[in-house]
Amino acid sequence: MNGLSVENLRVEIAGAGDRRFLPVDGVDFTVGADQCVALLGESGCGKSMTALALMRLLPEGGRVTAGEVNLQGDDLFALAESAMGGVRGGRLAMIFQEPQTSLNPVMSVAEQIGEALAAHRGLAGAVARAEAGRLLEAVGLQTDRLDAYPFQLSGGQRQRALIAMMLAGEPEVLIADEPTTALDVTVQAQILDLLKDLRSTRGMGLLLITHDLDVAREMTLGPNDRVAVMYAGQIVEWAPSAGLYAAPRHPYTQKLFAVLPRLDRRGERLDSLPGKVPAPDAVFAGCRFAERCPAVFQRCRVEIPGFHEVVPGHFARCHLAEAAANPSLSPYGGFGKGEIEGIPGRVEVVAAANPTQTPISPNGGVTKEGSEPSVLEISDLAVHFPIRKGLLKRTVGHVKAVDGVSLAVAAGETLALVGESGCGKTTLARAVLRLIEPSSGTVRLCGESLAGLKGEALRRKRAQMQIVFQDPFSSLNPRMRVGDILEEGMAALLPELDRIGRAHRAADLLDQVGLPTDAAGRYPHEFSGGQRQRIAIARALAVNPKLLILDEPTSALDVSVQAQILNLLADLRREHGLAYLFISHNLSVVGYLADRVAVMREGRILECGSAEQIFNRPAIDYTRLLLDSAPGQV
Amino acid sequence: MSFKPVLLWSDALILLLLAVVAAGVWLLRHNETFRAPLRQVLASRMGSATALILAVYVGIGLLDSLHYVERLPDEPGKAAQYSGEVKSALDKLLSPLRENVEKTYSAPFATHLYAKETMTGPDGREVRDYPRLKHGGAHLADPDQEFWPDVLKRGGLGVLGGMVCWTLLILPLWQRGRTHSALAWTLLCILVVTGLLVALAPHYHVLGTDKVGQDVLYLSLKSVRTGLLIGTLTTLVVLPLAIGLGIAAGYFGGRVDDVIQYLYTTLNSIPGVLLIAAAVLVVQVQIEAHPELFDTAAARADMRLLALCGILGLTGWTGLARLLRAETLKLRELEFVQAARAFGVSRMRILARHLLPNVMHLVLITVVIDFSGLVLAEAVLSYVGVGVDPAMISFGNMINGARLELAREPVVWWQLVAAFLFMFVLVLAANLFADQVRDALDPKARGRA
Repeated sequence: MNGLSVENLRVEIAGAGDRRFLPVDGVDFTVGADQCVALLGESGCGKSMTALALMRLLPEGGRVTAGEVNLQGDDLFALAESAMGGVRGGRLAMIFQEPQTSLNPVMSVAEQIGEALAAHRGLAGAVARAEAGRLLEAVGLQTDRLDAYPFQLSGGQRQRALIAMMLAGEPEVLIADEPTTALDVTVQAQILDLLKDLRSTRGMGLLLITHDLDVAREMTLGPNDRVAVMYAGQIVEWAPSAGLYAAPRHPYTQKLFAVLPRLDRRGERLDSLPGKVPAPDAVFAGCRFAERCPAVFQRCRVEIPGFHEVVPGHFARCHLAEAAANPSLSPYGGFGKGEIEGIPGRVEVVAAANPTQTPISPNGGVTKEGSEPSVLEISDLAVHFPIRKGLLKRTVGHVKAVDGVSLAVAAGETLALVGESGCGKTTLARAVLRLIEPSSGTVRLCGESLAGLKGEALRRKRAQMQIVFQDPFSSLNPRMRVGDILEEGMAALLPELDRIGRAHRAADLLDQVGLPTDAAGRYPHEFSGGQRQRIAIARALAVNPKLLILDEPTSALDVSVQAQILNLLADLRREHGLAYLFISHNLSVVGYLADRVAVMREGRILECGSAEQIFNRPAIDYTRLLLDSAPGQV
Repeated sequence: MSFKPVLLWSDALILLLLAVVAAGVWLLRHNETFRAPLRQVLASRMGSATALILAVYVGIGLLDSLHYVERLPDEPGKAAQYSGEVKSALDKLLSPLRENVEKTYSAPFATHLYAKETMTGPDGREVRDYPRLKHGGAHLADPDQEFWPDVLKRGGLGVLGGMVCWTLLILPLWQRGRTHSALAWTLLCILVVTGLLVALAPHYHVLGTDKVGQDVLYLSLKSVRTGLLIGTLTTLVVLPLAIGLGIAAGYFGGRVDDVIQYLYTTLNSIPGVLLIAAAVLVVQVQIEAHPELFDTAAARADMRLLALCGILGLTGWTGLARLLRAETLKLRELEFVQAARAFGVSRMRILARHLLPNVMHLVLITVVIDFSGLVLAEAVLSYVGVGVDPAMISFGNMINGARLELAREPVVWWQLVAAFLFMFVLVLAANLFADQVRDALDPKARGRA
């Protein structure tokens, strides 16, 4: 047969002691020529492990315990390792998520492509160089980049160079493991387009691994393309994207769609997916999703559901799907299209305000002048980093990370700062907090200028604004208990509280962010990413701030966890009247949460207006480009 | 009183250190953050076993730190006179070993000297043969016949004695379920070895004798204190410098970083041995210029040892400081440090609560690796002639002596092997123990053991 077929793949990893993890447990799919299969799932569902098993690159202790993988009729698991070396990177190639680390920093692009050409096609010398040039052109890079080293390339260019390397072996199937996750949205759109082009011009099969529903949709628009939704080591739904996105059949997939934040869901509570993905060594009596399923019934807990074809070509691993496939079988009946709310697509906003909108309504592009004082006023803020050169470290120029930014955030308002990486949004946040000294400009917090504040006065001011960072793993000191982490800020900024008062308040905060009270005595590593982000939010709230700076608070989290955190943020805003400065590159999250949006590029604010205006009537081309680059638009 | 206690400077430091540790333990006895890791270390197999071995070493070192001088026989009309020779409690315990001095080298368990001598036989004729030892196996009438039965008998008794002690010690603990097998087996090993030595050492030179006929077992036991002192005191000098300067350089950056970097680059660019040799020689000259400050030879040797520790410490902090600076540079950009700054937490507190605990694993690993390096450094310096006082018993001097012995024909191997064995067990135990401590301090690894 053509392409790649995987049958009943099972991967086992030996854990400490006698524990056996089964990250992949019975996966079947096929990827034909010129077909794209998107393997979609949250972290920990086994999608990357599937890809590594196909490449026979499983980590230490991992092994394939069952299953068969066929590439054009060759059984990959039966090949000798030497023969597999020829297949790997040749007939079956893989590109990775992180373009920073997947290229060797001390080899030029030509050398790295040349390696692949020598290994798989026996080319060397001038021929190889000419071929490398052709490959670079095929991935949209100039041939003069041949002699460039990875550090001279941008993230998108590096990903292109890596793709060129993988094309060198003329693969029949290309596995792309989160190829665009580390890239900006505009670059992501280019790379996705490139992958689509290459697939059709070369007749390659493409196995795309992603956690992003929109990316999966974007890449599987063709009639032969399929989306496979993975959960707990199994494929729970297999369908063409049109069918899947119009009418998901598995409750898990439905939930995934329901938790997505979007502009048109503003003010609504996002649906939540309680619980967490079962541990890979869990033993299941029935359906793997039963514990978290909203439609669970008795049979789910005792009987493993089959993989039923609901409509031709659309399979779901669910007892309800069996009923839907054959309505006469079951008294429960199927679930129809009516149950599925909101299909993600192009963000459309009705001009009329949503009745359930949060009480703080955005009032056009300007702050409500006179009505309420701004919590935060930034005017002409600039942060310039000196470039020093030579033996005496003379300043020869400046990097203008933030270059004259003026913004205002009213009490209880959410201002989103949107921009691509390197535009200066994080530097701006740190300058506002005085973690970095601004070069010029003023920051006024609650009417008082922060510039020149020192010692005690600055400390007291710090209690009024706090920050929540992107990465919940590096933002909590691994050597401190959660209780101590929460109390640290109080000890510094709320001296009126004694030890018992602090402990009480810490317990109170844990309760507010939905964590068990006994969490105070534990260390951060015992918590999942979402829980850790809750701890970080509780820590920021500990000192009663009026303004919370949220620096990409959900971009390291899975969509279901993201929904929980966004709900929590919305609740806290309502209860405490907090103002948020919300920094993000994710437009759908911004659309859901923000009252006003500021678009930032190269250290300057290009456009600032209400969310409704920015999303529907962007004034400048750059905003339009950002909006159009978002994947998954039909 | 037939003796007078003597407090050498190093003894005073040891007592001070003990007092500080005891006070720390007393103050922190209810602190769960401190107790939990400690409990985990002592509950783990490796942790408890190595802690026991280290305790034996420390015990030997402490016994050897209780110094005294003996009172000389009274002469009428004069105030009490004391001997100029400073002894320790360990010397007292090991007095048979200390006093059983042979003429020169003898192999372990030998009954005869290692070198031939011209002797006058009973018949008046001169013969060249290996003479009997004065002490080793002197109780045997016919060594060829009686040696093995005697050794086996005494050894058997020693093993038996060790096992009896073990049973008496372990039974009550076992009944209360307070111990586990690794600890029990280690204790058994230690007691059996001790029993063997107690039974055999007074009658034989278990590890042979050195060039001037001193018992090598005695030398090895005496070296323990010197080794521990050099390791511990030097580390105590190194740690504040390395941690303070390393973390400060990494965290504050700018001028502070420049100054500290300049300091350690300068120190590093001077060849280490040269710098130490120069400093030791200066100290030595000072000591010799003021003989009135030291009433005994031991006090002088002791001061030289302390000076050596100080000098090794002052020159040895650069490696760890550089390591800590690099790690701190990485850590200070992490978001939990930024968050602490956003809370207005004071700089000292950030250094102490956020940075120090997160570099502690590096400190521990480096200190333990350096510990063995320091004992060896002492050997190297003794070789150059600027180490501890030549009269002081130390692993360094033992190894230094072994250098010549290895060139002899036939080879004299036991002094080197003895020093190696004692150091090996000490350094291995310290390494494994530090591993356990590091795991226990790391919240992620906790509970895995």
